[in-house]
Amino acid sequence: MLRFLVRRVLGAVLILFVISAVTFFLFFALPSDPARLSCGKGCTPELLATIHHNLGIDRPLPEQYWSFLTGIFAGRDFDGQWCSAPCLGFSFVNHQPVLDTLLNRFPATLSVALGAAALMLTVGVGLGLIAALRRGKTVDKVSMAACLVGASVQIYFFGIIARYLLVDELQWLPQPGYTSPFAAPGAWFGGMVLPWITLTVVNAATYARYTRSSMVDTLGEDYVRTARAKGLSSWGVYIRHAWRGAMTPVVTTFGIDLGLFLGGALITETTFNIHGIGKLAVDSVANSDLPMIMGTVLVAATAMVLASIAVDACYAVIDPRVRLR
Amino acid sequence: MNEPTGLAVTSDHRDTAGSSEEPPPDQTLAPAEVAGRSPTQLAWRRFRRDRTGVISGAVVLLFFLAGLGAPVIAALYGKDPYTTYGQNQPGLLNEFGYPAKPNGGIDGQFWLGLEPSLGRDVFTQLLYGIRTSLLISLAVVLIITTLGVLIGVVAGYTGRWVDFGVGRVIDVVLSFPSTLFFIAFIPVIQSLFVPPDQETPTWLRATTVILVLSAFGWAQIARLMRGQVLSLREREYIEAARIAGAGPGRIIRAELLPNLWTPILVSVSMTVPTYVTTEAALSFLGVGMVEPTPDWGRMIHRGAEVYSADLSYMLAPGLAMLVFVIAFNLLGDSVRDALDPRAHR
Repeated sequence: MLRFLVRRVLGAVLILFVISAVTFFLFFALPSDPARLSCGKGCTPELLATIHHNLGIDRPLPEQYWSFLTGIFAGRDFDGQWCSAPCLGFSFVNHQPVLDTLLNRFPATLSVALGAAALMLTVGVGLGLIAALRRGKTVDKVSMAACLVGASVQIYFFGIIARYLLVDELQWLPQPGYTSPFAAPGAWFGGMVLPWITLTVVNAATYARYTRSSMVDTLGEDYVRTARAKGLSSWGVYIRHAWRGAMTPVVTTFGIDLGLFLGGALITETTFNIHGIGKLAVDSVANSDLPMIMGTVLVAATAMVLASIAVDACYAVIDPRVRLR
Repeated sequence: MNEPTGLAVTSDHRDTAGSSEEPPPDQTLAPAEVAGRSPTQLAWRRFRRDRTGVISGAVVLLFFLAGLGAPVIAALYGKDPYTTYGQNQPGLLNEFGYPAKPNGGIDGQFWLGLEPSLGRDVFTQLLYGIRTSLLISLAVVLIITTLGVLIGVVAGYTGRWVDFGVGRVIDVVLSFPSTLFFIAFIPVIQSLFVPPDQETPTWLRATTVILVLSAFGWAQIARLMRGQVLSLREREYIEAARIAGAGPGRIIRAELLPNLWTPILVSVSMTVPTYVTTEAALSFLGVGMVEPTPDWGRMIHRGAEVYSADLSYMLAPGLAMLVFVIAFNLLGDSVRDALDPRAHR
């Protein structure tokens, strides 16, 4: 297990390194000049050069990338302004440290991600189990049809229709948004319900389908038959034996989804105007705020690779046939 | 990492050579009417018997025809997606810029109503929007399928360090947070081609979207193909071909590819709706198609701004996309069942 973790974490660091390098060179090498934006209308070549120097983008590219990297591990100096250890630089737009903004935005993203993940896992796996056990019956057909519609609907469409109906017309829910759960738990919950529901409707179908089809498969396996022959009740068989074998694809998808959500659910956060990492990324792209884009890309990529390691480790726990190397 | 593709391609088709002559198993009982049927004919027969598949296929076909015939339909209907009817003709929009008639201004003249404030015709926008969506998504699917099959087959068949290298590249590409990269890179790539003070032409915007989507899309298919080839290349008939003196080129072309058509077709039918919605999502986020190009995602983007006053403007593109995606997904399931009946659940 330890060997597996070390190997995978090293691999993850390598992947993050590649991703950061690709992002850095693509953005900073290309002719989109962020200085021109902050320079404004009365821009003179001298002024532009000053801004270039202040932003640190007048130096050769590899040197810039090197100081970006060393900045993450050792901190760096921005013209007298010291940026301490995990330094991701300063925003080109509001000149705040990128790391502070990311940390500031992360609770909203975390709230959306954890709540939605829990809800969609419960709903999806629950639907799949019921459908598998009532295979061919009306319940099965109705839930699978619902899954088809859910999987085909778009977040930005469903989310806004739901908001129109539940918030504006019926007024059952408050406006979606993030408030700190420690200051006002009720408001936090109310503001998060709509994003959670939306992400569940759109994503639960995958879980329901995987659960259903692998349950149907495992219920036909020899070891399930043996468990039955030993005299175990049907529920005992479902829960103790069949369920466990059916969980592998669900765990895979769940890990990927959670990784994606933690990196910022871009469309959901934009649709409901929740100020998390995803909305930050969309706004930074609109403002050509390169250090901020780098920051959000790194957060999202880290979440993805960590999730994939966690998924592989989970396989070993769920399925004793899997051995980690 | 072992990712379920949802395609359930456990296929082991050996129908390369010769099997087209042998009668299918269910026909052997009635030898009187036996006529040789190719696997394609068999698949087509299975597909025709699948009512869901035929209906969803018809719906998808309708969308394609509507996209192709958009200029003709628009000419017969007598309107275009660019003219601001609501502004030119007083009385259509109220003082706040919203359609004066209920339900977004739907009537005999404007079948799906008018766009708020600009007052353009919704029906023709929707119609031309099909073109934008399908053109971009089909181009992406064509590119990523070609690239993915090529890379996957070569990696899987060559093995050794080529396979290892390609495998690592696929790993990296798949761990990129893709939506974020799409929205981050599309403006950057555009600025490569167009100086900042100039307007980006529509075709260039579309090309950029296609390029960026393709740059990340091939990895999924390449991984799938690689897995297929890894299991296929150990088969006896490949070994036989090799012993008979066939080179790698011939083996890939004549022995491997015919067996890969099923997973390729299944993957195509699953990815088209994915890219239709991805393209719309990009326009919704403001980096895909922009004014005045008719596009479903851009319409929903605008619709989301005015949803509380006029929901109907976003209902039209949203529902159209929902119907299209559902139909295409059902069609994909039926295509898979028809091509690969053993994968049926």
